[in-house]
Amino acid sequence: MPGTPRTRRHAREVAVIAFAQSDHLRRTDELSEVEMVMPVLHQVLAQTGLKAGEIGFTCSGSSDYLAGRAFSFTMTLDGVGAWPPISESHVEMDGAWALYEAWVKIQTGEADTALVYSYGKSSPGSVRDVLTRQLDPYYLAPLWPDAVALAALQAQALIDAGETDEAGLAAIGARSRAAASANPHAQLTGAVPQGDYQVAPLRTGDCPPVGDGAAAVILAAGDVARRLCGRPAWITGIDHRIEAHSLGLRDLTDSPSTRIAAEHAGVFEGPVDTAELHAPFSSQEVVLRKALGLGEGVSVNLSGGALAANPMMAAGLIRIGEAAARIHRGESDRAVAHATSGPCLQQNLVAVLEGDRA
Amino acid sequence: MTAASPPEILRAPLVVEFPFTRSLGPVQSAFLTGLREGVVLGVTTADGKVMVPPVEYDPVTAEEIRDLVEVGTTGTVTTWAWNGSPRRNQPLATPFAWVLVRLDGADTAILHALDAPGPEAVSTGMRVRVRWAGERTGAITDIACFEPAEEGDPVARATPHGGEFADAVTGIVAEARLDYTYSPGRAQTAYIAGLSEQKTIGERCPSCHKVYVPPRGACPTCGVATTDQVEVGPAGTVTTYCIVNIKAAHTANLGIEVPYVYAHIALDGAGLALHGRIGGIPYDQVRMGLRVEPVWTEGGRYPDHYRPTGEPDADYDVYKELI
Ligand SMILES: [Zn+2]
Repeated sequence: MPGTPRTRRHAREVAVIAFAQSDHLRRTDELSEVEMVMPVLHQVLAQTGLKAGEIGFTCSGSSDYLAGRAFSFTMTLDGVGAWPPISESHVEMDGAWALYEAWVKIQTGEADTALVYSYGKSSPGSVRDVLTRQLDPYYLAPLWPDAVALAALQAQALIDAGETDEAGLAAIGARSRAAASANPHAQLTGAVPQGDYQVAPLRTGDCPPVGDGAAAVILAAGDVARRLCGRPAWITGIDHRIEAHSLGLRDLTDSPSTRIAAEHAGVFEGPVDTAELHAPFSSQEVVLRKALGLGEGVSVNLSGGALAANPMMAAGLIRIGEAAARIHRGESDRAVAHATSGPCLQQNLVAVLEGDRA
Repeated sequence: MTAASPPEILRAPLVVEFPFTRSLGPVQSAFLTGLREGVVLGVTTADGKVMVPPVEYDPVTAEEIRDLVEVGTTGTVTTWAWNGSPRRNQPLATPFAWVLVRLDGADTAILHALDAPGPEAVSTGMRVRVRWAGERTGAITDIACFEPAEEGDPVARATPHGGEFADAVTGIVAEARLDYTYSPGRAQTAYIAGLSEQKTIGERCPSCHKVYVPPRGACPTCGVATTDQVEVGPAGTVTTYCIVNIKAAHTANLGIEVPYVYAHIALDGAGLALHGRIGGIPYDQVRMGLRVEPVWTEGGRYPDHYRPTGEPDADYDVYKELI
């Protein structure tokens, strides 16, 4: 294999070889989940020339609480051709964790290719209310503190610590939406007013848009990846970690779980040129940049990130897909992709993606 | 059926409620019972850190911790956020601050609401105290909220506490209600719209030509959109069935006498069977191959049941693939 050797830390080489996403929209009443997901599945398969039946493992991410219906993910399996039975799994999480499961499956040698998809429709319910149901049921959930409120506590902690201020937060939102002007799938692009306080110190412009959307990637091992993709985005490291669940136990200005995951994924073993960070709130980008040690030379969220489109359960997978797509296009050689889940960056997944150097 | 203009997308309210009943371990039981008695308890970790609210396992070492201490009901705000538009179920209906409060004697903070006249009256480091709920049951909401402390409120220290109370709280009921507006999407909207005209609309897979009813918009075998709408039935064939001997619990079905037959019915032209109740024939005369047709009740949005058409039974070979 030509070019600079990559660090070999896992049994098998696995790469993201294709990525597709829907247009992210405020509402998609005319589409059921499978109707929303299916075009994305067809697009990602078409990029590789693979047929659904040729995929070794399929894994999806979604949430019944968004849908308001039990086992809602089973409906979208119709879109992958799940009869006759396929090797399939599901995580009740962002699709980034479905990708992690698929990566493990390929590492075990049980599959050479995997289709990972995830989706979320926030429009049927109130996502701020829905997300309170993921909190500790004894001490937190009875108070119904919504996701914006918890993020605002974190933002104030950062401001008190002198790590940012309201103008600094506004600049993150503005930069993200300006970058998103080049992203045809983004929900919120261009100059967006910072708006009123939602829960102070966070204003509308510091918060992600609420919307519906889906994403899919295809993973492949070694020579299969080389055959199907001109420049595979090799996953040279991937790890995920979780914080203590009680917010009052944590230093909200830091994300040790992101840092540890990054160490295990090898982020700090070389320079990165691109970062796709899943920071639904502007204040969370401040925390993540610090945890990942990202300098000014790194392009952060050229896609617009979650402040431009935050389809629940897909936005993390999209970060991996966007980073991989830049490698596919030759615009990045070594990228870090991050996904989060839970309040105030509770759970964090970090992946390093690398392209072969000429 | 020719392609008509798509029906307007259906929407309906969908309410999901869960009254989760949760049991408490010894630590959470002591904490919540303490709140009922106007006492705030924490736990002490092996390295002497006091955690309020208490956890059962050390988040760093994962060691079990049981050593309870009583802490103060006055404390210090460690961070806060002004909630100008309280939402349903939140602790206060008037604008308030979300706060993390480190109670006197504790090393960690508890999340709750702070009643204050406006954001200018709140700051990190401010002193606050518990305002107890008028009626306390052993829940986190026994703390109604925090309020600004008064000059002279005592600064308490952590003191050992046995955690024993008469009539300990051993469980909570966690109420949850979420409101949705459900939209069934294109394919199911067409199906439901068809039912309103007493028609059953399926969709054909352009690849394998199977007709799905009810359609969900995709062929699960081919993984492609089913777009061609096809009217199936109204008559069909019983492919298999069971005899139900348990009286229906749902009020809508209380009038149905047991035993009755619930069957898989392959409507004519459909590529798979749907299910329905068989009426108009004694339960022990229902059989595979029986030809049936839907019976609609006045104002019904779907067939109430299926009854025999009187035709000869269908040949097994005709429906064996649909069982
Ligand atoms: Zn088909």
